[in-house]
Amino acid sequence: MNDQSPAGVIKVLVAIKRVVDANVKVRLKADGSDVDIAGVKMGINPFDENAVEEALRLKERGHAKEVVAVALGAAAAQDILRHALAMGADRAILVETDVTLQPLGVAKLLKAVVEREQPDLIILGKQAIDSDAGQAGQMLAALLGIGQGIAASALEVHGQEIHVTREIDGGTEKLALRLPAVVTADLRLNEPRYVKLPNLMMAKKKPIQTINATELGVAAGPRLKQLKVADPPARKPGIKVSSVQELVERLRVEAKVL
Amino acid sequence: MSVLILAEHDGHKLKPATRQAVTAATSWQASIHILVVGHHIAAMAHEAAAIAGIAQVIQIDAPHLAHPLAEDVADLLVRHGRSYEVILAPHTAFSKNVLPRAAALLDVAMISDIIAIAGPNTYVRPIYAGNVNVTVESTDPIQVLTVRASRFAAAENGGAAKLVTLEAPAGTTLARWLDEKYTVSDRPELANARVVVSGGRSLASAEQFEAVLAPLAKKLNAALGATRAAVDSGYAPNDIQVGQTGTVVAPELYIAVGISGAVQHTAGMKDSKTIVAINLDPDAAIFQVADYGLVANLFEAVPELVNELE
Repeated sequence: MNDQSPAGVIKVLVAIKRVVDANVKVRLKADGSDVDIAGVKMGINPFDENAVEEALRLKERGHAKEVVAVALGAAAAQDILRHALAMGADRAILVETDVTLQPLGVAKLLKAVVEREQPDLIILGKQAIDSDAGQAGQMLAALLGIGQGIAASALEVHGQEIHVTREIDGGTEKLALRLPAVVTADLRLNEPRYVKLPNLMMAKKKPIQTINATELGVAAGPRLKQLKVADPPARKPGIKVSSVQELVERLRVEAKVL
Repeated sequence: MSVLILAEHDGHKLKPATRQAVTAATSWQASIHILVVGHHIAAMAHEAAAIAGIAQVIQIDAPHLAHPLAEDVADLLVRHGRSYEVILAPHTAFSKNVLPRAAALLDVAMISDIIAIAGPNTYVRPIYAGNVNVTVESTDPIQVLTVRASRFAAAENGGAAKLVTLEAPAGTTLARWLDEKYTVSDRPELANARVVVSGGRSLASAEQFEAVLAPLAKKLNAALGATRAAVDSGYAPNDIQVGQTGTVVAPELYIAVGISGAVQHTAGMKDSKTIVAINLDPDAAIFQVADYGLVANLFEAVPELVNELE
């Protein structure tokens, strides 16, 4: 082991999701049934990368003893687990399923993983940038009957408690949560490290355990029926104004916003 | 049937988003109840009871609810929400914290950030940060929903709802509230501001970002926003980032200053009612979403705009 940090006591589980890259503008399938992600660049959900980073920092600060990354979905999600391993996670679990996963189903599957792994702290991203629901962490905490720190921008360990600073409208609030607890990461929590090539190579040697979701005995199927997807209504074409005076005049008279 | 609205408040007053949620709730043509949770909330309960169209206001007042925790509020929703077909709240930090927890305890799906109610169980919500709208149908017995408040008008006064007081059970031992810090600023909150002034990388430094944009924000009583590029360059703090990975805003007026118009950014602001773009590059993508585009040097145009607004 080349880990120089002091031995911690907390076991951290980080749940990550594979999503369309944030810089890709998604297209719709011709029949409007869903988005078309065939051949599109995919990667780890940005907020989940913050979650992995925070778990690693807990280990480096001597609080955490082990960081386990878990992903749910198709075998392709192995690539984001490799990414988490390359960042520094100790091991990874893929819960393989081809079921359409919605937040409640995600929470139910993760609950089953938590019951097997018995972590002290579970960290997720505050939302996934594809479905934008922002529910899985809260639902997981509910199903486990434990406390939640949602949209965290800072996290400190104090014995059997963690103090979570969370983003609220117009500021932050600080909560003390009894462990075990669920925390979801906001962007301000940290800046994820860059993965260096040697780490990527080393990550290939770290284990990824695959569990078939059916083994977990959980009804994780979708509750909501997706009827259609559509482009948002296009904005009506705008105009170029020739001067600041014209701009102010139009904002006053035409748009009536001043 | 009946709809339960979880009131959003600041401890003293109902937030306008509560009234906007009431308007969303009227689409069911059902009996609408409002739940007010907190401490010393009598005045707010009366305020809620005066909103037109409300049948009943339930107040739950206890010292440990002065800073309500998700664990406690979700528990109250589960205790008192089972007899409702719809549990609804505005899509705010408070509800985003509480409602998913309540939905999971009720073993029902939750639908977040609804922008249109297409039928009794059918909703439209943005995904991919507003680049796509999805229509979903729920068959759950209780619909747990948050609505994007800016899409609904605020309900007016004119009601005289029945007031009911319920006891709170003991508070949770899973979590304790420690403290809160509100950003000390004369500016309104970014997420709910009527006007937002945002800057991009063209501002070229943190000093210029503040020096150029702050006077305009002050003049318009606007919140300040920034692009991810400006945040990554260190010109603006992360908490004012507008975009797919930051805050999604939909103000009456959005002024984009020195912003190129990357998808990452426009996804977070293109629902704004009126968009103004000021950029030196006439081909900048931001002009495609702007109602009013001004091709100009921002360092000259913005101070001129401030003067013109005098």
